[in-house]
Amino acid sequence: METLIFFLFAALAVGSAIVVVTHKSPIYSTLSLVLTLLSMAVLFVLLGAPFLGAVQVLVYAGAIVVLFLFVIMLLNVQKEEAAHVDRGAQLWTAIVGVIAFLGMFWLAFWRTGLRIGGPAPQPLTQEFVALRTVAVELFGTYLLPFEMVGLLLLVAVIGATVAARRPGAPDNSVDDLPVYASGDEPRTDPLRSGPDPRRPSVAEPAYKTKEANV
Amino acid sequence: MSAVPISWYLLLSAILFGIGAIGALTRRNGIAIFLSVELMLNAANLTLVAYARQLGSHTGQVIVFFVMAVAAAEAAVGLALFIAVFRQRHTIDVNRMNLMRW
Amino acid sequence: MLQLLWLIPILPFLGATINGVLGKKLPKPVVTAVALGAPFLSLLLALGCLWEFAHGSEESFELTKYMWTTGDLSIPVAFLLDHLSAVMLFIITFVGFLIHVYSVGYMAHEEGYRRYFAYLNLFMCAMLLLVLGNNYLVMFVGWEGVGLCSYLLIGFYYDQPFPPYAGKKAFIVNRIGDFAFLVGMFALFAHFGSLTYHDVLPKIAANPALVTIPYVGSFSLASFIALCFFIGAMGKSAQIPLYVWLPDAMAGPTPVSALIHAATMVTAGVYMVVRSNVIYQLAPGVSLFVAIIGALTAIFAASIGIAQTDIKKVLAYSTVSQLGYMFLAAGLGAYSAALFHVMTHAFFKALLFLGSGSVIHAMSGDQDMDHMGGLKKWMPSTRLTYLIGAAAIAGVPLLSGFFSKDEILHSAAASGHWLLWLVGLITAGMTAFYMFRSYFLTFEGEFRGTHEQEHHLHESPPSMVVPLWILAIGAIFAGYVGIPKMFSAGRDLNWFHHWLEPVIAVPQGLEAGEHNVGPGLEWALLLITVAIAFAGIFLAWANYGGDKGLARGNAWAARVPVLHRLLLNKWYVDEIYDRLIVRPLAALSRFFWKAVDTFVIDGAINAGAFLTELTGDVGRFTTTGNVRNYALYFFLGVILLFWWVAFG
Repeated sequence: METLIFFLFAALAVGSAIVVVTHKSPIYSTLSLVLTLLSMAVLFVLLGAPFLGAVQVLVYAGAIVVLFLFVIMLLNVQKEEAAHVDRGAQLWTAIVGVIAFLGMFWLAFWRTGLRIGGPAPQPLTQEFVALRTVAVELFGTYLLPFEMVGLLLLVAVIGATVAARRPGAPDNSVDDLPVYASGDEPRTDPLRSGPDPRRPSVAEPAYKTKEANV
Repeated sequence: MSAVPISWYLLLSAILFGIGAIGALTRRNGIAIFLSVELMLNAANLTLVAYARQLGSHTGQVIVFFVMAVAAAEAAVGLALFIAVFRQRHTIDVNRMNLMRW
Repeated sequence: MLQLLWLIPILPFLGATINGVLGKKLPKPVVTAVALGAPFLSLLLALGCLWEFAHGSEESFELTKYMWTTGDLSIPVAFLLDHLSAVMLFIITFVGFLIHVYSVGYMAHEEGYRRYFAYLNLFMCAMLLLVLGNNYLVMFVGWEGVGLCSYLLIGFYYDQPFPPYAGKKAFIVNRIGDFAFLVGMFALFAHFGSLTYHDVLPKIAANPALVTIPYVGSFSLASFIALCFFIGAMGKSAQIPLYVWLPDAMAGPTPVSALIHAATMVTAGVYMVVRSNVIYQLAPGVSLFVAIIGALTAIFAASIGIAQTDIKKVLAYSTVSQLGYMFLAAGLGAYSAALFHVMTHAFFKALLFLGSGSVIHAMSGDQDMDHMGGLKKWMPSTRLTYLIGAAAIAGVPLLSGFFSKDEILHSAAASGHWLLWLVGLITAGMTAFYMFRSYFLTFEGEFRGTHEQEHHLHESPPSMVVPLWILAIGAIFAGYVGIPKMFSAGRDLNWFHHWLEPVIAVPQGLEAGEHNVGPGLEWALLLITVAIAFAGIFLAWANYGGDKGLARGNAWAARVPVLHRLLLNKWYVDEIYDRLIVRPLAALSRFFWKAVDTFVIDGAINAGAFLTELTGDVGRFTTTGNVRNYALYFFLGVILLFWWVAFG
C-alpha cells in the first residue's frame, strides 16, 4: 500500500516537474509546480512528517506559488516563442552536466553501502510523527536559528519592498518610464523592446577595443 | 505496511533535482528559472526528510522547515528584483541582460 | 698617549669627510687647513705613541675598540702597535704628511682641489688601518680601502678618457689578488677560528704541525695560505703577472704616484708577507716561489725602464723593480731586509716622484723626457734632490739605498741562491743606469722643449721644495739604522734588524740563525755590487751625460730596433693580456648580455607578460554577460566541488 502511494505520487511529481521545466507558458509551468509540490507534500506525510507536509502546502503551494502567479500577471509574461528553444552549447552542456552530477551522486551513494532496495526503515511510531516532537526540537535546540530566520524574513520583506518600488523622484535614473502596472499602456514585446536599452545615450561603448588600447 | 526503502526516496529526489537543474540552466524565461530553482529546493527537502526518517532524528525536518522559510524569502526578493529589472529592460528574457559582455 | 692610537686613522677619515661633504662650500684655506691638519695631527700622535712605545717595556700594544659580531663570527676592531707596525706607522705618517704639504703647491690650480684632498686623507685612513689592525680582517678593510682610493685618485682627471680606464684597470687587477687573499683568510679562519695575529701566529710558531698538514693536493695548509696571500700581494704590490696596473696608474696626479704607488700602498703586500712570516717560513716552496717572482719582476721591470721616455713611467717601472727586490728578500727569509728596503725606498722613491712632479709642473704638464734637458739651470733644488734620490736608489755607498740593497743581495748570496743573487746584481746595474739616464736627460745638456715651455720654467714654490729637501735628508740618512756588521767592526749596529726581531717568528723545530758567508766573500760581494752600480752610472753618463742628449741613445736604439721596440712597448704584455684575457671576457660578457640577458631572462619575463595578456585575451570570452552561462559555470563549479569533497 505504501509502496503504491509512493510510486503514484512519485510519478506524478516527476511528470509535473518535467512539465514545469519544458512548458512554454509560464502559467502552465507554475501550475505544474503546484502539482509537484502537492505530490511532495504527500511524500512528506508518507515519510512521517505530516507537519512538514502541511507547511509545504501552506507556504509553498499557498504563498510562494501565489506570489509567482501575481508577478506573472503583473509583468504580463508571454509565452516563449517556440523557435527560440535553445539548441546549442548551453542545452547540451547543461544536460551532460546534470547527468555527471547525478552520476556523482550515485557514486557517493554507492560508497555509503546503501543500496537500492535496501533494508526498510523502522516503522513509524506515534511519537515520531507527533507534532510535539518537532516542536521540541525546533523551539529547543534550534531556537536561535529559528529567530534568525524570522529576522531573515523581515529583511527579505524590506528588501523586496525596496527593490520593487516604483521609480519616483529620489531615484533619478529612470525619469520618464511609462507605468505598466495597470496594463493599459501599449505593450512592447518583451523579446524585442524599442531602442536597445543596453546602450546609454553615449554612442561609444565604454570598453575600447584592443587595437585602440595599444 | 511494508515500508519503502529510503533509497528510493533519494533516487526520486536526485531525479527531481536533475530536472530542476536542467530547467534552471536551459530556460530563457526568468520566471521559469525561478520555478526550476524551487523544484531543486524541494528535491533537497525530500532528501532531508528521508534521512530524518532513516536516522530517526527530527533534525532533518527542522532543517526543511528553515529551508522553506528561506525559499520564501528568496522568492520574494528575487521576484522583486525581477520587477525592478523589468522596469529597465522591459523584458525578463535573461539573454537580454548582458551589459557585462566582453 | 697610546690609548689614542685609534685616533691616528680616524683623524684623516674626519678630514676626508669634512672636505668631501662640505668642501665645495668651504673656502680654500679652510680646506687646506683641514686637509693638512688631519695628517699632521696623526703624525704627532704617531710620534707620541712611538715614543711611548719605544720607551715602554712591552713588545706590543693592543687596543680593542669594538667587537664586530655577526652570528658566529666575531672580529675585534682593534689596533696593534708592535715593532713591525711601528716602522710602517712612521713611514706612512711622515712621508704621507710631507706629500700632503707638497700637494698643496702642486694642486694649487686644480679645480678638484677639495676632492683631491678628501681622497688623499681617506687614503691615509685606509693605509693606517691596514698597518695598525691587529687581525687580518681589519688589514683587509684597509687593503680594500687603499685600493678604492687608488682607483679614485688614478681616475682623478675623470674628464679625460684614459685616467678612468687606468683606475678601473688598477682596481680590477687588484681584485684578482684580493680574491686570493680572501681565500687564504678563509682557510686560516677555518682552521683557527680567528684571524687575529696574536691568536694565530704564535700558535703556529709553537706548533708547526698545525699547518704543515696536507691541505690541497700536494700543498700543505701553510703553503696554501702563503700562496694565496702572496697572490694578493702580487696584485697590490705589482709583481708579475699582476703589475700591469702600476705604470698606467701614472695617469693620476704625481703626488698620488709618490704616496700611493711608491711609498705606501704598494708596500702593503710586503708588510703583509712580513707580518705572516711564520707561515712563509713553514712553506719553503712558496717562499722560494716568492723570491723567484721578486727577482724576475725586478729584472723585467728594470729592462722596460731603460727604454721609456716618460719620466713617470721610468719611475713607475723602477718602483715595480724595487718591489721585486723586497719580495726577493722576503722570499729568502730576510724579512728585516725587506722591510728595511721598504723604508729606504719610501724615502728615495717619494723623493724622485715629487722631484719629477716638480719638473712636470715647470714643464707645464709635459712628462716626456725628450722635451726636457738642462733643467738644472732653472731648478737647482729639484735637481740636487733628484740627484740624491737617484744616487740612493742606484746604491751609491753610504746613502740609504746602498745599505738596504746590499743587505738583500747579501741574504741572497748567504742562502746559497747564487742565480738570484746574480739577477739582483744585474738589476742593480740596470737600476743605476736608467735612473741616471733619466737624470741626465732631464737636468743636463741642452733644453729640447719649445720656446713657450722654456719661458715657463721655474723652480717650484717652497711648499713643494721643502718636502723635497726633507725627503732627501731621509734618503741619505735613513740607511744608518741598519748598518751591517761588516762596517761596524764587529759591533752589531744593525739596529733595524734587532728592532724587528720580536716580530720575526722562529718556528719550533726550524733552525734559527742566519746563514752567513765568510767576511772575505762578503767584502768581495759588496765591492762587486758597488762596482756594478758605478758601472751603470758611468754608462748612463757616457751615453746621456754632458751635452750628448738623445743622440747616442737614439743611435743605440737604431742598432737594436727589435729589442728597443720590445722594451719601449713593455714587452707587449698589456697587448698579450688584452688578446688572451680581456677580449675573450668581453666577448663572454657580450654573449651573456645579448643571449642570456636579453633573450633568456628578459624573454622569460616578457613571455610571462605575454602569457598573462594571452590568458586575458582568451579568458575574456567567458564573460559573455549572459546570465545563463554564468549559471552553468556555477553548476560546473559545484560539480567539481562536490567531487572534491566526496572523493577527496
